[in-house]
Amino acid sequence: MPELPFPLPPLPTVSQVVFLMIAVLAVFGSLAVVLARNLFHSALGLVAAFFGAAGVYIVAEAEFIGVSQVLVYVGAISTLIAFAIMLTRGMMFGATSPRNRQSGTAAIITALTFVVLMALMRGIPWPQAGEPIVDGQLIIAGLGHAFVNEYVVPFVLLAMLLLVALAGAIVVARDRK
Amino acid sequence: MNWSDAVIQFQYDLGAPQELSWLVEGITYFVGALILAMASLTLALLLIWITRKVISRIQDRIGPNRLGPYGLFQTVADAMKLLSKEDIKPTSSDTVSYVIAPVLAVLGVLMSLAVIPFGAGLIGADLSVGVLYLVALGSIGIMAALMAGWGSNNKYALLAGFRVVAQLLSYEIPMVLAMLAPVLLVGTMSMQGLANAQSLYLGPINLGFGWFIFVLPGAFLIYMIAALAESEQTPFDLLEAESELIAGFHIEYSGMKFAMFFLAQFLNSFFLGAIAVSLFLGGWQGPFAGQVPLLGPIYFFAKTFFVYVVIQWIKGTFPRVRVDQMMQFAWKVLVPSVLTLLLAQMIIMKLPLPLWLNAIFVLVANIVVVVVVLNVLGNYFKREQVRSKRAFEPTSLIGTMQPVHPSSGD
Repeated sequence: MPELPFPLPPLPTVSQVVFLMIAVLAVFGSLAVVLARNLFHSALGLVAAFFGAAGVYIVAEAEFIGVSQVLVYVGAISTLIAFAIMLTRGMMFGATSPRNRQSGTAAIITALTFVVLMALMRGIPWPQAGEPIVDGQLIIAGLGHAFVNEYVVPFVLLAMLLLVALAGAIVVARDRK
Repeated sequence: MNWSDAVIQFQYDLGAPQELSWLVEGITYFVGALILAMASLTLALLLIWITRKVISRIQDRIGPNRLGPYGLFQTVADAMKLLSKEDIKPTSSDTVSYVIAPVLAVLGVLMSLAVIPFGAGLIGADLSVGVLYLVALGSIGIMAALMAGWGSNNKYALLAGFRVVAQLLSYEIPMVLAMLAPVLLVGTMSMQGLANAQSLYLGPINLGFGWFIFVLPGAFLIYMIAALAESEQTPFDLLEAESELIAGFHIEYSGMKFAMFFLAQFLNSFFLGAIAVSLFLGGWQGPFAGQVPLLGPIYFFAKTFFVYVVIQWIKGTFPRVRVDQMMQFAWKVLVPSVLTLLLAQMIIMKLPLPLWLNAIFVLVANIVVVVVVLNVLGNYFKREQVRSKRAFEPTSLIGTMQPVHPSSGD
């Protein structure tokens, strides 16, 4: 092992650099959501923010949640939002103001949410670096077992809710003879 | 041994200091990703050439044969032409969406390379959620189509964008459920785990013929149909309809930006074939692939190119489906049948039986479902044929010259 001719400065680890890049994406995406003058650009910002959140999950070794995030939020919810925007008349190209009369209230509620979240998160004993990471395979299997054992009632109730929503959407959408 | 471990070890042997392990790993994965991306972009040239040759042969033509051996360099010349074309951007288009959309389209397709196992230990990243990752990538393609359609500021492009989203979302469901069948069988979502599980040991020798298509032919069939729709190939190419319609959501694109969409489509059909190979056709497994590791990638690419040629064969043979038929086929045929398949498979796999008997029962269930679905469809089309013939018989029109529903309007 050859010695380096100079002492290395304390470098950020790779995962820290990656986290910073992802965080920048998420923060700028979120800012675009609330500040963009074009509603479709807001939707695109939302997609970027969702990707950022998925990236954070993946950096935290929670691949399953990260990939599910992309699948559900980017694949389904963003598409739905984009559709809703595109099908709303007058929203497509006209510039809309990102502010309205409720800006002040929204700002206060956001600040309060931030404070409450920070207070909550400070109380949680977060796992420290170096603790063994559970194998992804086991996490997925554990999740599946939890769904059909401990949490079977909420799971089935959610499934029923989705089914009812689906049937309701069909009833609303079909043309009445 | 994994390829990344080998490359990292090689760098240490060359004298890379141990303290810079993050740099060594970074270089390894960067180079791996670069090679995969570059190779697949070059692969697209070959894929377009194969498509042209196969289609030409089906149409009793020779196809490109002037530039290079067998016309191999024709696509290179075409790529040069596209590169040198003027990059037109419509004045009233939305710059952000218009420019990012083609990039996203290619990105979503290229990212699937990361989890495709080309050989034993030859996989970009063996994620524990590999199959789910592939499914999630589909949503990037959907976003790209929406952005392209909207960003072009052209109502035809926007409508075509909606059409693309409708088709991709509808066919994503049967495709995902069909991909679930091998996952259920093995109990892992890692692509390498699925490829490893498709071995067949005869004593100590790996024959490599435990392909899941022999157990799950129904799921394979449904996956292939849905994959054709996902990659916008012929029976489902009404999004584009090269010969009749305007181009679809990329009507306002020209030059290299248009080429990006074209590239994404060709690579997507190849990679969906590669996923079919990894999930159902044994991946890199084959006779003696366990003993001679080099055979793995050879088998893998041989199978994938075979699937690709079959897709082009379908392209040259099948007529196009109508948009309502396309939606009905997804929701009324594919989704119920794949759900039945999965339900049957789940019940059978919970039976206390030896593994081989389980596999045989799953196979029987698959065949039964396919036969029943084909029968029902056949009967439906027979009735439909009789009905449509009757409707056009002159005598049947006597006394019917009035609107069927007074309120129907048209």
